[in-house]
Amino acid sequence: MIPAAFDYEAPSTIDEAVRALAEADDEVKILAGGQSLLPVLRMRLAAPAKLIDLGRIGELRGVRSDGDMLVIGAMTSHYDVQRDPLLNEHAKLLVMATDTVADPQVRHRGTFGGSLAHADPAGDLLAPALALDAEMVIAGPRGRRTVPAAEFFVDYFTTAVGEDELLCEIRVPKYTGWHAHYEKFNRVAQAWSIVGVAAAVRTDGHMIAEARVGLTNMASVPVRARGVEQALVGQEATPEAIRAAAEHALDGTSPTTDGNADVAYREHLAKVLTSRAVSAAATS
Amino acid sequence: MTATADSHAGGEVGQARLRKEDARLIAGRTRWTDNMSLPGMMHMAILRSPLAHARINRIDTSEARSMSGVEAVVTGADVADDQGSLPCAWPITEDMKSPNAPSLAVDEVNFAGEAVAVVVARSAAEAHDALEAIEIDYEELPVVLDMSSAMTEGSDLVHPDLGTNASATWVFDSAEAGTGGSADEALAGAEVTVHRTFRQQRLIPAFMEPRSILVDPTGEQTTMWSATQVPHILRLMLAMTTGVDEHKIRVIAPDVGGGFGGKLQVTPEEVITFLVARKLGKPVKYTESRSESFTSAHHGRDQIQKLSLAANRDGTVTGLKVELLADMGAYLRLVTPGVPILGAFMFNAIYKIPAYHFSCTNVFTNKVPTDAYRGAGRPEATFAIERMMDELAAELGMDPLEVRERNWIKHDEFPYTTVSTLTYDSGNYEAATARARELFGYDALRAEQAERRRRGDTVQLGIGVSTFTEMCGLAPSRVLGALSYGAGGWEHGAVRMLPTGKVEVITGSSPHGQGHETAWSQIVADRLGVGFDDVEVLHGDTQSSHKGLDTYGSRSLTVGAMAVVQAADKVIAKARKIAAHMLECAEDDVEFSGGRFTVRGTDTSTSIQEIALAVFAAHDLPDGVEPSLDSEATFDPENFSFPHGTHLCATEVDTETGRVRLRSYVAVDDVGNVVNPMIVEGQVQGGLAQGIAQALFEEAVYDETGTLTSGTLADYLVPSAADLPSFTTDRTETPSTTNALGVKGVGEAGTIASTPAVVNSVVDAVRHMGVQDIEMPCTPMRVWRAIHGGAR
Repeated sequence: MIPAAFDYEAPSTIDEAVRALAEADDEVKILAGGQSLLPVLRMRLAAPAKLIDLGRIGELRGVRSDGDMLVIGAMTSHYDVQRDPLLNEHAKLLVMATDTVADPQVRHRGTFGGSLAHADPAGDLLAPALALDAEMVIAGPRGRRTVPAAEFFVDYFTTAVGEDELLCEIRVPKYTGWHAHYEKFNRVAQAWSIVGVAAAVRTDGHMIAEARVGLTNMASVPVRARGVEQALVGQEATPEAIRAAAEHALDGTSPTTDGNADVAYREHLAKVLTSRAVSAAATS
Repeated sequence: MTATADSHAGGEVGQARLRKEDARLIAGRTRWTDNMSLPGMMHMAILRSPLAHARINRIDTSEARSMSGVEAVVTGADVADDQGSLPCAWPITEDMKSPNAPSLAVDEVNFAGEAVAVVVARSAAEAHDALEAIEIDYEELPVVLDMSSAMTEGSDLVHPDLGTNASATWVFDSAEAGTGGSADEALAGAEVTVHRTFRQQRLIPAFMEPRSILVDPTGEQTTMWSATQVPHILRLMLAMTTGVDEHKIRVIAPDVGGGFGGKLQVTPEEVITFLVARKLGKPVKYTESRSESFTSAHHGRDQIQKLSLAANRDGTVTGLKVELLADMGAYLRLVTPGVPILGAFMFNAIYKIPAYHFSCTNVFTNKVPTDAYRGAGRPEATFAIERMMDELAAELGMDPLEVRERNWIKHDEFPYTTVSTLTYDSGNYEAATARARELFGYDALRAEQAERRRRGDTVQLGIGVSTFTEMCGLAPSRVLGALSYGAGGWEHGAVRMLPTGKVEVITGSSPHGQGHETAWSQIVADRLGVGFDDVEVLHGDTQSSHKGLDTYGSRSLTVGAMAVVQAADKVIAKARKIAAHMLECAEDDVEFSGGRFTVRGTDTSTSIQEIALAVFAAHDLPDGVEPSLDSEATFDPENFSFPHGTHLCATEVDTETGRVRLRSYVAVDDVGNVVNPMIVEGQVQGGLAQGIAQALFEEAVYDETGTLTSGTLADYLVPSAADLPSFTTDRTETPSTTNALGVKGVGEAGTIASTPAVVNSVVDAVRHMGVQDIEMPCTPMRVWRAIHGGAR
């Protein structure tokens, strides 16, 4: 299908992009990798008057270390996330979740920040970002502000990013030496998650010292499974203990029904997959 | 393996030749319809009904007409006098009810996606923009979606003027036909009966290239390029539907990117584009989007199958009763009513069933019309009987292979006339099954299954069996006549020797991915003794391949290539006459081999190429011989062909999540002699993927308003290579005895065989947990619910 006509602008700096956003009086959409936006435009589910393409802003790409934090440019492609040595060393959970996203073509075009800002609750990168206490750096006409992941995701396809703002960086604490696993459940390889569970644990011998668990597609936003985390800490990483902790997976969830899963089945999956994700992380 | 000398004689046939058409097809640098443009060409876009059933009170096109680039806006009222009713070529009963089927809706819409108005503009973008400016006042009507409730007294009606939602009921009874006993009596007196109801979900053909049409009305003939499987049928039907003279229409199917039956159709879009281009006097192109394809191109399957099987305690089947409801959708398209009837001859499958009753009622609903989809009727039947054989085995505590062996036709019993009247010419079910069993490691897997059950593993192992056959090579014209089909089943072919010794082959078959150009070249190269690269295969253009019945129903090789072989033989016969003249000997003394005509017992010879040049010059031909080395032939098969095979599937079912993982799959197919093993392998692999897709992944889902909720490839799950295991394939070769090539066809085999193999395997994995059936597709949620109770 063919999108409705739109104006197009491709700024080369973040400042230019912010200015372009401020100057646009009609409805404007930001184009990152386009993997979600272009289908929407082509099906004419949206008809923005203008697209601002961030693809030429070099400063939005790449991963760097900043003390005990990693800083990920919002326009860093999934492909680059998968291969980045810093992320592989200090935030393996993000890499593992990214490995499950779509197919190689999409991973070359799609971006980490674009996926978070799109905020599809079935997207696989939201729960890991939430579980790892990522912080989102948002640029706007009033300068920059930092929003914790827990406050960033507001609702279906809705984030804390204002209409005149854009997500420019994601700051993630270093989880050096942690073990991680992303357990994705879907029906075909290239589909969105029916349910996904992101788990990272720090072990001390056989003991789970710290745990971070996030759930994909169990509410309108990603869900932090704090009940599971608390139940895991201080436990031996035995199947029984992990299964018992996973019983808390539904705290704070409000899953919906669709063609692939109804509420009861999603809830069941969330527990089973939480158990599996934590087990896989703890034994990795 | 047994292979006839004939099939491998010349060296080309039997070789895994790379396909000569692949470079251009894979790169897309070819004549796809949408790749073409003509001077002054306009672009058409179609406005489709968002409602499943509504009266059209008013259409306001005034704003759309005034928009930038718009050349015309056309509604159903504008073409009401010209568009006729879309053809249905298969009136299965004399009293079949068939609604008027306009290409562009006039006063009512009967499914969501039905074409309501079109915009023609200078660019496709402008055409799409203007669609949004068309205003339509719809008055909603009650929606009929469920076949069973559509058949109840007092149901709302899809077509109130027909007075019923039932289109026709078709019945076969072996007692009445004299081919067997009474199924009802067999059931009444049976030692064991098994009753099951299966649902064949609705499927979407999902061919890779969306449908595309370009019509050029300038010139004496109106030329249509269309991404169709059936250019010849399309020309005929365009003429009959619109009243435009047939000789004023030329249809070209250029390279076509897949069809799976989905392009075996005369579509509303083709008729509309044809009429609109002629009205405007300008070339017009229309290319659908994937979403449009899903909501308007015909769907497949969609049956409710009620089966009752009677058997003795030793596993011998004594009778079978089949009662079907088949969803037609809103209209009867080209062969819609006949699809389930094709299945009627296949429920008895490879088994000697002494009593058989079949009935099918075709039902209208407010959904996209159904029609042919890879296998068309035969997959449905094969699924049902193969599921029933597994259920019977479970009921009796027998091995499913043992139950089948007890009932199948033995290799020395062919030809065998079945209870449903077909005569199977050949087959060797024992050989295919023995080979499959060996490759699969059947006994070891059964042992592992028992061990996993004993341990109560989270992941259980299932083994599924499918010993299938199918009727291919559609079809003997007299049989089609007996089934009230509107055409014959012959095919046309021609062979032309050019003066330089090169060869043009013309075929009435119309490839859309099968590899005809390669396979026909191999066959003709052997036949005439010329090089593979010296043969060009022309197809899909009613001007060059003027006669044909196109490609579907695994008919191209068995029927189409046979016509080419016969034409080639006529060329040889004529060349022999000329050779005798040139070599100054009697015709009987001329031997033909490897492209050379030799005087018997001498080394005096001439080549077919030399003869071709001599014929062109025509300086010295025998008396009464025309200066041409062209021949044509039309082949009408005497019988169907009957490919068969044994497929075995192992699945691992995660009982905690319901997820099914295909662990291994063995397919041993017997498609008779093989022209090109690589093409056969490709057909089997693709077919398996498509059949497995029905078992596990694909389903067209409508909500309660009649909106297709699986309207994109994000919701309609076509599996990719990542979702499928490496298949183990092998063949036995039992040549068909009904055609000179000994071939049977392979286009649908994998699809037909694999669906029941997979579902049998999934059910087998969890049968010990109390499961007797799982509705398709066997989604994780359905499998989990089957294990843990509750509705499907």
